[in-house]
Amino acid sequence: MSLKSSLEAGKFAITCEVGPLKGTDTTEIEEVAGLLTGRVDAANVTDQQSSVMRLGSMATCHLIKGKGLEPIFQMTCRDRNRLALQSDLLSAHVLGIENVLALTGDLPALGDQPQAKPVYDLDSVQLLWTIQRLNEGFDINGNELQGKTDFFAGAVVTPEADTEAKRELQFYKMEKKIANGARFFQTQAIYDPDTFARFMKRVEGFKIPILAGIIPLKSAAMARFMNKNVAGVFVPDELIDKMAKAEDKTAAGIEIAADLMKSLKGICQGVHLMAIGWEKKVPAILDAAGL
Amino acid sequence: MIVSAQKPWEEILGYLEGENSIFLLGCNGCAQASGSGGPEQVAEMKEKLEGVGKKVSGTMVIDFLCQKALVKSRLRPRMEQVAAADSILVMTCGLGVQAVAASVAKVCHPACDTVNMGGSRGEWKGDERCYECGECLLEYTGGICPLTACTKSLTNGACGGASNGKCELAPEKDCGWELIYERLKRNNQLDKLRRFIPPKSWDKMAPDPKVRATARWALENSG
Repeated sequence: MSLKSSLEAGKFAITCEVGPLKGTDTTEIEEVAGLLTGRVDAANVTDQQSSVMRLGSMATCHLIKGKGLEPIFQMTCRDRNRLALQSDLLSAHVLGIENVLALTGDLPALGDQPQAKPVYDLDSVQLLWTIQRLNEGFDINGNELQGKTDFFAGAVVTPEADTEAKRELQFYKMEKKIANGARFFQTQAIYDPDTFARFMKRVEGFKIPILAGIIPLKSAAMARFMNKNVAGVFVPDELIDKMAKAEDKTAAGIEIAADLMKSLKGICQGVHLMAIGWEKKVPAILDAAGL
Repeated sequence: MIVSAQKPWEEILGYLEGENSIFLLGCNGCAQASGSGGPEQVAEMKEKLEGVGKKVSGTMVIDFLCQKALVKSRLRPRMEQVAAADSILVMTCGLGVQAVAASVAKVCHPACDTVNMGGSRGEWKGDERCYECGECLLEYTGGICPLTACTKSLTNGACGGASNGKCELAPEKDCGWELIYERLKRNNQLDKLRRFIPPKSWDKMAPDPKVRATARWALENSG
């Protein structure tokens, strides 16, 4: 069952993330794809995450699809202008890729090629609008396509914010993303089910599937690092203490992630597990969560 | 010299929808030289607005609108007229609109598109930056340019990377979109955030062939 059919059928969806490595060695990705097939509905393939130059998302999507794992093609606006974005979307469709996640993209200055010229010819809302046009059989200037695309487009949202402006801007942008063709949302990592439940209450009216982001904690230091450096991520002290005190950090990290996922089942329409290096542990996390 | 051109009349009129009284502000600097917002154009605009039934609470031409201290001091004796207006229509470049919007607690509509810097940067150096995009968006962003205030030049809202109101790239830099949010909130214009801004036409940044054919262009760009 495809991600689209799962969400439309109201099934609790599970997606995860696969990050291509820097280089041409695909051994690990293929191994991970084998482990995840049948356990998740689809896997996001990141687009040069953190602005670090790597193997591309489209080729990797094609690769994992060949292994039987449904890909979600992550596409940022950081590196391509509207010609390249539209052309890559046509290419992705031809390769059988059905899902696209539209993102703005991190700044090149934060990655390993800080001298690069940032593009941002389109932003994430305009990219969704573009996907919608291609699905209708036209490019963004209204020129007719010979053969259209049929993408199931998604977008992201950050449920937690540290200022009123940031919180409200997220809601306005979410509304625009939906108006321009977003059919599902994946969120930034969440750690507090109560705050997340309040967010879900607020977006209830949008009537759109939301997959809550889960990043398993590997250590107390990782949690503190994310609190300090990752916008929109707030790990409560209680969980940091739990990680600090745990003798088996891996078991504690898996337990926290599994507990979070259990508590989310009645609240949202699915989870998006970003294992960041722990891809091979995803089956164990899902087992612990009873998913 | 900053070259600006008046926006189409229908577009300006659209900005003023639902407003009855307008204060007109022109600039004796580059906007006068560009023929987009000098005393003559301000007088014309007053007549056109009155022709469609709008009230003009006052008009003023200042040299230069990019100088915030000057804008504040010159407007002080006219604050009654400004207060009586629903908004200010600012007939100058993107720097001037942003400088006025930052100086007066009033909705400021841009009447012009900034086409090109024509060889130099602004008459007066301030914090405002204009992208010379030729397709001014200040109407939708509370008089703060998203192309220059946002590190990613996003036009449809924040990227989500800010922390405590600061940009993820530079902790000392305010998130442009959070500034825009606060300004729109103050102006009771948060609905503007719902508007979808389509992909920009970057080709509008290229100078108009007609401008390139002028003697002024030749003079300013020769050796």
